[in-house]
Amino acid sequence: MAALAFSLSAWAQGNLITADPPQKLVLAAGGAGVSRVTFRLAPGHHTNSNTPSDEFLIPLRLTWDAAPVEVVRVEYPKPHLEKYKFAEKPLSVYTGEFTIVTRFKAPAGAAKGLKNIAGKLRFQACTDTVCFPPKTIQVQLPLEIQ
Amino acid sequence: MLAAAALTFSSGCSSSPAARAAVKPEAKRNNAPDFALKDSMGRTVKLSDYKGKIVLLNFWATWCGPCKIEIPWFVEFEKQYKDKGFAVLGVAMDEEGWDIVKPYVEKHQINYRMVVGTDAVAQMYGGVDSLPTSFLVDRAGRIAATHVGLVSRRDYQKDLDELLGLNKKSAVGGAGVFAFGLGAR
Repeated sequence: MAALAFSLSAWAQGNLITADPPQKLVLAAGGAGVSRVTFRLAPGHHTNSNTPSDEFLIPLRLTWDAAPVEVVRVEYPKPHLEKYKFAEKPLSVYTGEFTIVTRFKAPAGAAKGLKNIAGKLRFQACTDTVCFPPKTIQVQLPLEIQ
Repeated sequence: MLAAAALTFSSGCSSSPAARAAVKPEAKRNNAPDFALKDSMGRTVKLSDYKGKIVLLNFWATWCGPCKIEIPWFVEFEKQYKDKGFAVLGVAMDEEGWDIVKPYVEKHQINYRMVVGTDAVAQMYGGVDSLPTSFLVDRAGRIAATHVGLVSRRDYQKDLDELLGLNKKSAVGGAGVFAFGLGAR
């Protein structure tokens, strides 16, 4: 249904979520390490967690274009169950500040050096009365392989 | 020039609260931009097809919780007033289109007509950058009221009472000449 699709970027919205610049991740070739990225959501807003309460709700997802390292696992924080006036049951959401942990590993033959790897956080936010279209923000993670 | 420029509707910033706009006096209403979108059967639906009717034009999405609350109200309105020259027209803004909208419509037994929206149509209506956003279009094809965000069923009912002439005191939006704006395209 490509003809019906429309670009998300055309739906203007402010920066509902911002990411704190993550600390440099230093990995030894063949080693593993952890990155923590803290996100801050605009006051009065919530976003679905990675495990939303309804099949039609859009889950929050952090993905990485991680080459030359590999993503072992993305660990999401425990969501809040919040009751909103538009929902009969509490929703699984994040509000305020939340941190997502990503575990990386570097292949034994990974080339040494510095680079940035790109992460993308896709989310869909609402207030108690309105919802905003799904949006993706980018995160740059400085990486050093030693 | 887009008719959006002529609309008094303001979609506001991303954090705009729900807004309640009462039915405007006829002299202050702007033409609702006409559009052509497809329903689930691939048939073209134009707003101008609703010539002479009161239309509740509801921009929504399957991922929008507040929109879900309004749907049963609109189902009831459609049942209650369809014989009085009223129709609900849903415009789903899901990027996945019918793949996701059709199952939702079936699950929620939506009885009114549904189309899948586009950026272009949203822009014609001031951007529609938050959902739900609804427009009540009078029989002359003009925007009589706008609701951004979840408002109460009572608010819609008051508007419909006025527009459908259910209030003895007012019978706004008479048959008139249906006049979708020249500036709508």
